[in-house]
Amino acid sequence: MTSKGSCGVKMPEIKFTKLFINGSFVDSVSGKTFETRDPRTAEVIAVVAEGDNQDIDLAVKAAREAFDYGKWPRKPGFERGRIMMKFADLIDQHREELAILESLDSGKLLHLNKALDIPAVANYLRYYAGAADKIRGETLKCSGEYQAHTLKEPIGVVGHIIPWNFPSIMFFMKAAPALAAGCTMIVKPAEQTPLTALYYANLSKEAGIPDGVLNVVTGYGPTAGAALSSHMDIDTISFTGSTEVGRQVMEAAARSNLKSVSLELGGKSPLIIFNDADVNMAADLAKNAIFFNKGEICVAGSRVFVQEDIYDEFIKKISESLKTWVVGDPFDPNVNQGPQIDKKQFEKVLRYIEYGKRDGASLLTGGKPCGEKGYFIEPTIFTDVKEDMLIAQDEIFGPVMCLMKFKTIEEAIEKANNTIYGLAAGVVTKDLNTANRVSRSVRAGMIWINCYNAFDQGCPHGGYKMSGFGRDLGMHALEKYLQVKTVITPIYGSPWL
Amino acid sequence: MAGYNGCVNGGGYGFKIPEIQFTKLFIDGNFVDSVSGGLGLPSFLILLNEWRASSFIPMIYFTVPILWSPLGDDSLGKTFETRDPRNEEVIARVAEGSKEDIDLAVKAARKSFDHGTWPRMSGYERGRVMMKFAKLIEDHIDELAVIDSLNCGKLLRFTKKNEIPAGVHILRYYAGAADKIHGDTLKLSGEFHGYTLKEPIGVVGHIVPWNFPTPLLFLKVSPSLAAGCTMVVKPAEQTPLSALYYAHLAKLAGIPDGVINVVTGFGATAGAALCSHMDVDKISFTGSTAVGRLVMEAAAKSNLKHVTLELGGKSPVIVFDDADVDIAVSMAHNATFFNKGEFCASGSRIYVQEKIYDEFLKKSVELAKSTVIGDPFDPEVQQGPQIDKKQFDKILGYIEYGKNEGANLLTGGKSYGNKGYYIEPTIFTDVQENMKIAQDEIFGPVMALMKFKTIEEAIEKANATSYGLVAGIITKDLNIANRVSRSVRAGTVWINCYFVLDPSCPFGGYKMSGFGKCQGMEALDEYLQVKSVITPIYSSPWL
Repeated sequence: MTSKGSCGVKMPEIKFTKLFINGSFVDSVSGKTFETRDPRTAEVIAVVAEGDNQDIDLAVKAAREAFDYGKWPRKPGFERGRIMMKFADLIDQHREELAILESLDSGKLLHLNKALDIPAVANYLRYYAGAADKIRGETLKCSGEYQAHTLKEPIGVVGHIIPWNFPSIMFFMKAAPALAAGCTMIVKPAEQTPLTALYYANLSKEAGIPDGVLNVVTGYGPTAGAALSSHMDIDTISFTGSTEVGRQVMEAAARSNLKSVSLELGGKSPLIIFNDADVNMAADLAKNAIFFNKGEICVAGSRVFVQEDIYDEFIKKISESLKTWVVGDPFDPNVNQGPQIDKKQFEKVLRYIEYGKRDGASLLTGGKPCGEKGYFIEPTIFTDVKEDMLIAQDEIFGPVMCLMKFKTIEEAIEKANNTIYGLAAGVVTKDLNTANRVSRSVRAGMIWINCYNAFDQGCPHGGYKMSGFGRDLGMHALEKYLQVKTVITPIYGSPWL
Repeated sequence: MAGYNGCVNGGGYGFKIPEIQFTKLFIDGNFVDSVSGGLGLPSFLILLNEWRASSFIPMIYFTVPILWSPLGDDSLGKTFETRDPRNEEVIARVAEGSKEDIDLAVKAARKSFDHGTWPRMSGYERGRVMMKFAKLIEDHIDELAVIDSLNCGKLLRFTKKNEIPAGVHILRYYAGAADKIHGDTLKLSGEFHGYTLKEPIGVVGHIVPWNFPTPLLFLKVSPSLAAGCTMVVKPAEQTPLSALYYAHLAKLAGIPDGVINVVTGFGATAGAALCSHMDVDKISFTGSTAVGRLVMEAAAKSNLKHVTLELGGKSPVIVFDDADVDIAVSMAHNATFFNKGEFCASGSRIYVQEKIYDEFLKKSVELAKSTVIGDPFDPEVQQGPQIDKKQFDKILGYIEYGKNEGANLLTGGKSYGNKGYYIEPTIFTDVQENMKIAQDEIFGPVMALMKFKTIEEAIEKANATSYGLVAGIITKDLNIANRVSRSVRAGTVWINCYFVLDPSCPFGGYKMSGFGKCQGMEALDEYLQVKSVITPIYSSPWL
């Protein structure tokens, strides 16, 4: 079943295809499996255990036991950090294999997985490993003769639902702070990309993370994901994915045990380029903002607003720079853009391109599938896009840029905010006042000035408006997995309050 | 109409009942009738009211709002009655806000958030206005205390000495925080410069319960004002009066129009409209777990607004052998019976260690029996009436469950008096963990008394609940205090004290008692959102 390699890359054997529950790889209770496919060829890579509510129950039971009675939450933060450091080292040691697995399963560029995604994962783990022994409450001076302090305690059993666009990064954006906090967890990877998650489960065991602390249940959203969201014994759920599914997750939490929820949802992020920008640099940023990872990224800069004086030149430059943009096999180091994740997404993106044409936008470049096999789509740019067109309002999650012209800074801000989303925004300018004004005015959780897609483990990431709530990364993410307990006692004969 | 008079006058004990001046919705800085309904009161009533208003009979001033009708005619919007729990009589008719009114209020709040001065003022200036607001409340403590006591049967001496001053204190605490909202500067791992901004979340919906109309209103309103948010407050339908009064004072203090809007009405209409509104960015709810669930579902189905929930509790008080029994009895008594048991943090499960159990039980019964039940305006009274008939019936229903399930009724168990919603302080012993009275939040003066042997057993039993709001521990032993406070899964742990709330101490639940915090600097973060700003940095001398 192992898929064909290419470009001189030897395909690894797929070692882990079963559910990881309580420290062991097991078949699903139902015995059911599902196929995971190579988006380059639509061929089956492996058959993976299909978990449903029965498997989620078992995994939650293991996580509950490990939380209520196990060592992990009772270890000093320093010890948890040491194990997480070891986990990170093991990931580094298997970087090559993990990068290939990830590319194979999701069509992501191999050289980027090697240089960015997998090393980022080890960095996230180390960042939160170093935070695990710095979890502190506060001592509170009260207004009466009382002494109070706060304790930050792990929230309990966590459910993580991971999307398919960054299978490794999203796994650790969620699992790393939860591990540092002392939580136990169930990870449900996307059904499109189950392979690296199971590999990490194995490495976690090797690193010494106790059984039951980190469980991985592969399967589908409506079965395994829904069971996780509505489980009565899960204390918080952290979801990254579409707004539509985020809604279902929150509803399930409301209907079950009112678990707290954090949602990192869709976006329709603006990139605003001012007249004073270096046009070459701006075109390059804009290109990467939308076409990076085939546009399959929640922060994709899908709405590009260019100020009028440089608009024509910008169009010329970006069209030129796309001439050297290579769509093809993600294992080829010269390729810039691989295939979309699956048939469903592929068709959705093409449908939106049709909507764009139908609604009167001008197709500047692209607009068609590439090749005869797999889910490749040309980088696509529309101009003459109106604010109310579907392509300017909906998250397409593919390589489709909407290019728009603006005159004044006020107009740019108004247009940038004219969306239900608020995940990220980019500003390209040399002017400090413009940069400050726009970054304050745009309602989005992340503002990139003269850069884009610049993520850092130390920098919180999450949405305004319908892009969700709660923050990943940074010390803010640790707080999602901690709860605050206040302890108050009277104090007698204190020399001062 | 004449029937309303007696109740408004029913103060007694030397307290003059104030005129009920504010009974309309407060939207965009004006008191207005609700959009819907239109009782079409005959105009002779208006004349009658005019006559009454001019003849200095204080008890009829509740009708003044009719005269204020901006339409200048007799088409009054829909209204509902608010009653005095002492005698079940109507105090006033209050405008009944519905979806349309919520829409108007949200529109006003949205406009003042998107374009108004409040979020654009410096935090220091917002703090100054809030300080003025606090001072105005302080100037009206007597009147506000009477209104809250009248509207929800709370002890007047307590509303006067504690609750209204608590509202003032909370406002001042967050006024002082308004100019201390800071982000972080982030050192990143590459040649980038990052910083975070904390920005107001936007338009906030606050749903306030009836058991502490003033403190809970300010626990929500104050941090969101400090954050620079604008808001729509929906007070409980049982207790709308003080909220409307605060709206008036907010305007006097200089809070711009549209920043605080108050829409009185029912949960199923006004509350639901607020929760499912597409233009409300955040909803903060305190109330029952059942309604909290509806709030969160509505948020999920609409615009995925952020939610904080402060829900029910079934909080344990654990009394160890080394405790001073008299102090422990008094604390447990207050933990259960304070505010007629109508508070989320009520210590409704009392666990007493075996050696002192018999003595504790005897003294607790004595204390419960000596409780003076009666008119909350009487300074001698210790326990007033339950809020309304529904709660009154619910509590009596639970007392029956307790008896039927085999718990032993030691004292109380009956209603008290012939009028109003009074219930005797009730103590059950021989309570098993699985009985309804040990599991459900009763929200009334019903104590479940249980015996335990070991600390392990106490911890296990204390945690045997779906809730996790608070817990109390009574012991002199530092190790026991520390162990239990770490082991009990609850958001607040009181050691040798109970119901000590301080504006600086975060308060909020574990487990099914909800999520998110009120009080403390944590509550401010509930109304702020974090924006990260990143830019490349060239030739920095260091990273």
